Amino acid sequence: MTRDAALLLPSTEPVTLIDPDGHPVPHVGHDLPDPQALVRAYAALISARRFNDQANALVRQGRLAVYPSSHGQEACQIACVQVLDDGDWLFPTYRDSAAIVARGVDPVQALTLLRGDWHSGYDPHATKVAPQATPLATHLLHAVGVAHAARLRGEPTVVMAVCGDGATSEGDFHEALNFAAVFRTPVVFFIQNNEYAISVPLARQTAAPSLAHKGIGYGVPGERVDGNDVAALLKVLGAAVARARAGEGPQLIEAHTYRVQAHTNADDPGRYRSADEVTPWLARDPIMRLETYLRGRGLLDDQDVRGYAEQAEQAAGRMRAGLGEETSADYRDLFTHVYAEPTPQLREQQALVADELSREEER
Amino acid sequence: MSAEKLTMATALNRAMRDAMHADPTVVVFGEDVGPLGGVFRVTDGLTAEFGEQRCFDTPLAESGILGMAIGMAMNGMRPVVEMQFDAFAYPAFEQLVSHAAKMRNRTRGRVEVPLVIRVPYAGGIGGVEHHCDSSEAYYAHTPGLHVIAPSDPADAYGLLRKAIESADPVVFLEPKKLYFSRSEADLTAPVPPIGRAVVRRPGTDATLIAYGPAVPVALEAAEAAAQEGRSLQVVDLRSIVPFDDETVCAAVRSTGRAVVVAEAAGFASVSSEVVARVTERCFHSLHAPIRRVTGFDIPYPPPKLEHVHLPSVDRILDAVDELQWEYA
Ligand SMILES: Cc1ncc(C[n+]2csc(CCOP(=O)(O)OP(=O)(O)O)c2C)c(N)n1
Ligand SMILES: [Mg+2]
Repeated sequence: MTRDAALLLPSTEPVTLIDPDGHPVPHVGHDLPDPQALVRAYAALISARRFNDQANALVRQGRLAVYPSSHGQEACQIACVQVLDDGDWLFPTYRDSAAIVARGVDPVQALTLLRGDWHSGYDPHATKVAPQATPLATHLLHAVGVAHAARLRGEPTVVMAVCGDGATSEGDFHEALNFAAVFRTPVVFFIQNNEYAISVPLARQTAAPSLAHKGIGYGVPGERVDGNDVAALLKVLGAAVARARAGEGPQLIEAHTYRVQAHTNADDPGRYRSADEVTPWLARDPIMRLETYLRGRGLLDDQDVRGYAEQAEQAAGRMRAGLGEETSADYRDLFTHVYAEPTPQLREQQALVADELSREEER
Repeated sequence: MSAEKLTMATALNRAMRDAMHADPTVVVFGEDVGPLGGVFRVTDGLTAEFGEQRCFDTPLAESGILGMAIGMAMNGMRPVVEMQFDAFAYPAFEQLVSHAAKMRNRTRGRVEVPLVIRVPYAGGIGGVEHHCDSSEAYYAHTPGLHVIAPSDPADAYGLLRKAIESADPVVFLEPKKLYFSRSEADLTAPVPPIGRAVVRRPGTDATLIAYGPAVPVALEAAEAAAQEGRSLQVVDLRSIVPFDDETVCAAVRSTGRAVVVAEAAGFASVSSEVVARVTERCFHSLHAPIRRVTGFDIPYPPPKLEHVHLPSVDRILDAVDELQWEYA
């Protein structure tokens, strides 16, 4: 474990490897990711953006109950997944549906929660994706537990635990960092600092120089990264994953990004921030800069761009079709999945509903 | 006397505003209660009117919010804090149960913590998980806390004013699904004391006992029963702690039959407490065992299935039908 305090502190500026104009930025600590990884990231970014836009449209059509969009945060969404191995775990929040899909979960299953069908639609064991956590920061401790169990069982698992800037104020965030550090568990804590917790700006969450500085108090190395630069994210997160896998313990990564859209469709950001504040962030879009860079290096041309867009469009079409179908929400699930074996009382209550329904049918 | 039509959200907003005007020690804080005015707009305009010192956003930590409120209450303030949704009050549970509820007792009355914890609560709004819990039993089971659940704008106003004036901590449960329903309210009328139930609808055949979000459903059921020639009385508890044995028992004795209606799961709940108390006190006036229509003993369902879980008019009428009318 690092005992040298200076090594626990993040860099003064977030790590950037490709600037908003698409120019590479030399960095002493990190080279650029290899071209294939960047092209793969580009394709994933296009899909994630299309996924977000499609989900927003589905809310307007009444097909989803609510959608917390990660529009503008797609670099974070896809990078935190791209650095994982198959056996690694992802612990996402309500905002991380695009990451879950990038991990390979079927979009319709990923949206089960937000569609209102059930609380979680995919199989966490099969996908190595924990159920999306809404109670803020609570899942970070579960992430530590999964990672600790993996160590005890001799598995090479790394756990990616994701939260927002607001969630870092919750007690569970601090307990998770401390436990992870004390037990040296292979967890990467990944904060998507999008500057807002609903209406509350970052300045009201913390007086620390950065969120990554919160690591030092627990003996966890912190690092800051440009959250709209997928190249930097891949390298910084990749290094943290490698370090965790090598048994060197947890790391805290703060990605600096911005929530360009409302908190959810139910929110009205006009009440607490000006459009002028949002505009500069649109110019820092994660997709544009990568596209400029890749085109400049001859790694991407018009035909590729059309191809990736077409792929994303097809996925969006499948998503629309899947979510357009009527669902089969079944009341019996309410009673079946409370305990391993339903209690006598639950059996009675289920029978009452069955009786009501059969009487309704008779009428 | 000036009755006006307003929503429960507006009535609650007025209650805080009027309390803040009346008493400079009243402060409002929580998550998104400042410039945004709360996710349900219940604190709308308070920061603009009273300034940052009197209504402010905190860092995102419910234990922090309530813990700080307890300290402020120990030092001359009357904090009114908001928990954004029912299930998001749970991180504050330790502060509530071990400190807010016990401070008076631990200090033999030397230290009071007059504070109000406002909780938008219960379901019926198509909310996803953790946004629809009926958590009243946890609070009601904790000695030292007052627990209130209004069902209309007039009560919401009056009871919140009383809650803010109370010398004890009050958990103020605001049924979300009623936030934007409008009704006549006279906010200048004398405010009812905490701890009084009210007969919402007279009736002679049986008594429906409800509180908070279940009251409008009980009233609807009584209306439907009237069409079928059965006269149902409806009692609204308004205050769960303290509990108004007198009003509730008088009502049940007058009809001899009762159904308790509540949205929360029935097992070990406020509704079970009501049945126990009424049975203990009114056994000889009862013509039938008291029945309950409650939420099932399950985690709150996803939006597409919540209609199965919520007490409905039909389910209430079915329960009423089973009150052994053959022995009338
Ligand atoms: C324990 C808890 N308290 C409150 C909430 C309500 N809530 C949902 S999202 C949110 C803001 C979270 O902000 P942040 O952590 O920055 O994540 P972001 O939504 O910006 O991705 C709040 C207050 C919650 N979900 N859980
Ligand atoms: Mg945020």
